[in-house]
Amino acid sequence: MMISVASGKGGTGKTTVSTGLALSLDSPVQLIDCDVEEPNAHIFIKPEVEEKKPVHVMFPEIDGSRCNFCGKCQEVCAYNAVAVIPGNEKAGGKTLVFPELCHGCGACMYFCPQSAIKEAYREIGFIERGTFGANEFIHGKLNIGEAMAPPLIRAVKKLSGEGTVIIDAPPGTTCPVITSLYGSDFCILVTEPTPFGLNDLVLAVELLREMGIPFGVVINRSDMGDANTAEYCKSEGIPVLMEIPFDRKIAMSYSKGTPIVEDFPGYKKDFRDMYGKIKVMATR
Amino acid sequence: MKICITSQGDNLESLVDPRFGRCRYFVIVDTDTGGVEAMDNMNRDGMGGVGIRSGQMMAEKGIKAVLTGNVGPNAYQTLSAAGIEVVTGVSGTVKEVIEKYKSGGYKTSPGPSVDSHFGTQGNSPV
Repeated sequence: MMISVASGKGGTGKTTVSTGLALSLDSPVQLIDCDVEEPNAHIFIKPEVEEKKPVHVMFPEIDGSRCNFCGKCQEVCAYNAVAVIPGNEKAGGKTLVFPELCHGCGACMYFCPQSAIKEAYREIGFIERGTFGANEFIHGKLNIGEAMAPPLIRAVKKLSGEGTVIIDAPPGTTCPVITSLYGSDFCILVTEPTPFGLNDLVLAVELLREMGIPFGVVINRSDMGDANTAEYCKSEGIPVLMEIPFDRKIAMSYSKGTPIVEDFPGYKKDFRDMYGKIKVMATR
Repeated sequence: MKICITSQGDNLESLVDPRFGRCRYFVIVDTDTGGVEAMDNMNRDGMGGVGIRSGQMMAEKGIKAVLTGNVGPNAYQTLSAAGIEVVTGVSGTVKEVIEKYKSGGYKTSPGPSVDSHFGTQGNSPV
């Protein structure tokens, strides 16, 4: 079963929940940090890293001896990553490639009537894989300035197995989030009971309904803010799976990079109870 | 010879659009015949690579010089590859620009004048 942990708003406690859940369930579980722009689950988990490998994306390389500047590649490119300058009486044509705009879909290569395009590769980041106890930890790290997070997230998720997989997703509702959540059997949305948390929770709920993934909400710092988040969940029929109070001791534990269940083992039961509820609601 | 001025409107009295890739109109002028054609820029709301696509369109149209406010690096590379003269820092009405160009009042830009995504950062005049 694949359980993803997401949120509209950043900083609500996704990693607290994903790592807390991973450390509370029976081994083995796989914890996969898909927040490749700023992965941080390893700070809580402190895995033994066993393997590190680079991840590449494809971009087209034009064979100048075969290209006849027909323009088909440019026509099929959805990202304007190829430009064909037709030749004239004074100069021959040119086909320009802009690798940083290329999403690596391969359409240009597929449609080129001259078979003039071959695959070239550029590195976008790396994957690290390791263990914590009898569990497996995987995360990806995107190179600074790199725009193509989804291919790295897909590469990270390819390492997921058939057992219990916990995905720590990035915040928001855009492509990296969708790529992270894709294929999940259930999604935990972590929020805080503030106008900001609620605003972004509503967006995340819309996304999950669109994706058809069953979901529930964890309200973190639940005794601060207002009651609007709880009321919203009630009126929308969204189950509140767990509430974590605003507690100075929890905050201190977090500030030292200690998982919540290590300093407060009582929470293991809460996470396991939540897992029990999820199993009933999940798609498989 | 055909030149192109990026424009906020579709006629000679319109003001220059300071953006190249995402300009409202391309006003194409044949300096030999005086013929004028205003082309609605269908690329302007594109997600990305708009400068490249607009530059490529200039090449297809057989434009020899582009006069505009600013050109980003990808558009500049595309226009250069097509051997198109690029003039940036241009303002005023399209008509004024044509006259000034004909009298040799502009200098060719040696490179891009702004970074990528300039035209998406609230720099739209229209």
